[in-house]
Amino acid sequence: MIEIKNLNKIFGTRQVLYDFNAIFEPGQCNLIIGQSGSGKTVLMKCLVGLLQPTSGGVYYAGTDFTKASESEKKRIRQEIGMVFQGGALFDSMTCEENVAFPLRMFTNWNKNQISDRVKFCLDRVNLSHAFKLYPAEISGGMKKRVAIARAIALNPKYLFFDEPNSGLDPQTGIVIDRLIMEITREFNTTTIVNTHDMNSVVEIGDKIFFICNGHKHWQGDRTNIVSSSNKELIDFVFATGLLKRVQNTF
Amino acid sequence: MLVARSFSRSPKPAIMRQLIVREIDNLGIGSLFIVCIISFFMGAVISIQMAAQIDTPLIPMYTVGYGTRETVILEFSPTVIALILAGKVGSNVASEIGTMRVTEQIDALEIMGVNSANYLVLPKIIASVLINPILTIISMALGIFGGYLACTLTGLLDATTYLYGATLDFKTFHLVYALIKSFVFAFIISSISAYRGYYVDGGSQEVGQASTRAVVNSSISILLWNFILTRLLLL
Repeated sequence: MIEIKNLNKIFGTRQVLYDFNAIFEPGQCNLIIGQSGSGKTVLMKCLVGLLQPTSGGVYYAGTDFTKASESEKKRIRQEIGMVFQGGALFDSMTCEENVAFPLRMFTNWNKNQISDRVKFCLDRVNLSHAFKLYPAEISGGMKKRVAIARAIALNPKYLFFDEPNSGLDPQTGIVIDRLIMEITREFNTTTIVNTHDMNSVVEIGDKIFFICNGHKHWQGDRTNIVSSSNKELIDFVFATGLLKRVQNTF
Repeated sequence: MLVARSFSRSPKPAIMRQLIVREIDNLGIGSLFIVCIISFFMGAVISIQMAAQIDTPLIPMYTVGYGTRETVILEFSPTVIALILAGKVGSNVASEIGTMRVTEQIDALEIMGVNSANYLVLPKIIASVLINPILTIISMALGIFGGYLACTLTGLLDATTYLYGATLDFKTFHLVYALIKSFVFAFIISSISAYRGYYVDGGSQEVGQASTRAVVNSSISILLWNFILTRLLLL
């Protein structure tokens, strides 16, 4: 479980996050939604330790990550898997080597054990044919799947996804969404997804947090998001012409 | 700060060894061809120019071999080759690390709990300080050999006279001085370039700018340290 308590983040004179509180449960897909520039990425970077919050705490199973010692941070980080917007695969390594990377760095497994685990992870994301391919040789959707395979290699407790569907066609986006959902259930991970893709919201949003201008404006799930009376949320959810027509129809 | 961070929290020794070997291949062996070509022809040109300047019988012709050797060992091989490597290796290091920064690969390393400075920067520094003195020695040998071939093949000088000059009054300390310089310059090139790449903020344009800054900053630092080391070691 991850708990955020009164998180604030200020860059210079500009406050980006205001007193953010949230609890992310294991086995659930927790979605953070909001417009571009609303503070989603800053929140995620504070959660994984890439940014230091100005005040407040981020608790991983009771341990405050923001105040943890270097060794504690290292231990917690090894329980975190993260999939970046562009995949962030290492260009100089094949897909197989990318997935094997955390295993080589943090385990004392022999070559066969690493190879078995890599095979399992790549099979799990349906990429058993891409072992020897380099990131430059695969599509955007495949890169995301390799990044997911790398993220689950060490059996993480916490999984973070930053805009997992950006740059993907809707069908591939659904494949990624389902994969995120399946992995969350299968490995009982605490999954946090940054997105502004409404399809992801209705597909995998077990718990949804809506951020607007750095404030948490709404919290709920995929069953009650469309019936919310929060004006900012409704403007965000029904932003496209197509969705507005659907809203008017019902 | 970056260099200090790069020396802390290392991965397993076997992984570090692999990284260093890869960087020796990438930064050192990959530069061998250009170092050889430039050294050979520069040695040849230095000897011809020197021979052309001697227009009085008061200066013996073996001075060509002597002068070529001293020029190549004292200045050309350690300094000029370092400036060339600042262009080739410096831009390579800055753009490689810079691209990793803008494509979030460095963030990915950090989140995994890997000390990215140690993983990316230290192998490049170690590889550079190991391979640069070797490249310098190869450059010295080829520069002197280039002078020999230029003189003998064009008939400016016979082989015996050139070799007499090239071996005359050889001071081992000059070789040590050159190697100290090449060691320091290697550290300058790899650390400044890594710093420029590591702290890139933006996109591909900024990576290009970082690469240019890496070359400019490394070159100026090399010239400055060349002056300081020469003053400290030779006088």
